[in-house]
Amino acid sequence: MASQIVSPLPGTFYRRPAPDQPPFKEVGDTVAKGEVIGLVEVMKSFHEVTSDAEGKIAEFLVENEGPVQAGQPLVSVE
Amino acid sequence: MPIRTLLIANRGEIAVRIGRAARELGIRTVQAHSEADADSLAVQLADEAVEIGPAPASKSYLNVEAIVAAAKRTGADAVHPGYGFLAENPAFAQAVEDAGLTFVGPSARTIGLMGDKVAARTAAAEAGVPTVPGSEGRLESPEAARAVLAETGFPVLIKAAAGGGGRGIRIAHDEHEFDRLVHQAATEAQAAFGDGGLYVEKAIQHARHVEVQILGDGENVIHCFERECSLQRRRQKVWEEAPAVELRPEVRGQLCEAAVRLARAVHYKGAGTLEFLYDEAAEAFYFIEMNTRIQVEHPVTECVTGVDLIAEMLQIAGGAPLTHRQEDIPLEGHAIEVRINAEDPAKNFMPFPGVVQDLRVPGGPGVRFDTLLYNGYAIPPFYDSLLGKLIVWAEDRPKALARLKRALAELRVEGVKTTAPLHLALADDPQVQAAKFHTRWLEGWLEDNAHRLAETPGPAAQD
Repeated sequence: MASQIVSPLPGTFYRRPAPDQPPFKEVGDTVAKGEVIGLVEVMKSFHEVTSDAEGKIAEFLVENEGPVQAGQPLVSVE
Repeated sequence: MPIRTLLIANRGEIAVRIGRAARELGIRTVQAHSEADADSLAVQLADEAVEIGPAPASKSYLNVEAIVAAAKRTGADAVHPGYGFLAENPAFAQAVEDAGLTFVGPSARTIGLMGDKVAARTAAAEAGVPTVPGSEGRLESPEAARAVLAETGFPVLIKAAAGGGGRGIRIAHDEHEFDRLVHQAATEAQAAFGDGGLYVEKAIQHARHVEVQILGDGENVIHCFERECSLQRRRQKVWEEAPAVELRPEVRGQLCEAAVRLARAVHYKGAGTLEFLYDEAAEAFYFIEMNTRIQVEHPVTECVTGVDLIAEMLQIAGGAPLTHRQEDIPLEGHAIEVRINAEDPAKNFMPFPGVVQDLRVPGGPGVRFDTLLYNGYAIPPFYDSLLGKLIVWAEDRPKALARLKRALAELRVEGVKTTAPLHLALADDPQVQAAKFHTRWLEGWLEDNAHRLAETPGPAAQD
């Protein structure tokens, strides 16, 4: 069954912990509950986005550095 | 040549503030904005608006080429950088000048000089302005460290040369501790920053942050007295005052004269601020750095001196000499500014963007509210959390505090959480009322008063 990880906050979505580091997760990676899948920058402060689903990452629904709204799906997990 | 059309290369409350000063001088305003700021108050108030890129600041407000192109396209003859973003970027100032436009601020050379901590420290020493005793640049050897320690005494700060914003700082209280920490610090700095370089600096206990506002036209420099900005959280100022009530008049005179000497030595042009650490017990001040731009907290200075600092900047950039002589700058009464941020003080200052449902702005005598807010405005999450600055003025500090509480009680920003409850609690605190605080005081206070903030029924605290 597919599920989605949503952004807890509005802001800018980042897939990497820092610009010179690899992404937290790639498509095809497995993800566990509580694992960090990205960061959301809101008003110059960074917040970790943790997974509330488990399974395999099927798709990123927002590109790196893309704007997101609170509750917007970021990742689909199967 | 006086400015005719000004491009405002910033956003938020400072863009609104700059636009107001410009229009009062008969200058046409062009507001540069990102896609996310198309409906901002600054855009609505400007004579013309020009989009410079998508929401992320890196693609808009930090995009030198886009801003210069927008200025040329809209017929602007000058660019005001505000604060933050590109305001202290010498390459931006140079790009503006190279395009044949006027940069509202000092030259790229001066920005570069004062932005380099070591160069600024050297310039200060040459102008006879005291700096914090410590190593001149990096520690070259343990022997060199000994010589520096003889000068600084203990406690002493060990700082990573590549660090910043408070990271990589250790404090040593005696020689044994210094020997132990200096190795730790070097190893850690190498791992964290790829650079194990260290420097040391005298630790000033319970230091206050005091800063002097100056204005220069390239030839003459005057000061507009000082501000006291010790109430900080995570090195961000949250509450500022003018004047600094802890200063005796003689010390105030020495401090302001020192600031003018340094600004004159670099032929300063525009508005600038010299920041000092103030050791209250010793009545000693030490230059730390210069900000070559307008500052967030400039209104408290405007309130006690009557000088319109932004108008001065625009006139100086237009080629006019200073409009005031030093002896014409009064220091009257007391002003306090508090920063109203979209943050929830009950939840460790979590950012809280949202839509403004109901806005009630305080008014009455001695009250000023510089803001980017209007009813129905959707606060974008992409930029900093400053929503506005509540500034009060009264004949003395106790009256200013009473006025601050009255004005905070009138403020309503429904739909978002704000830092107003923090300021109400601070205004009631006996230490704040006695002006007994230092730069690390608020952090301790926040730890002790977290439960109180959670319970404070602030004007914006109900859902």
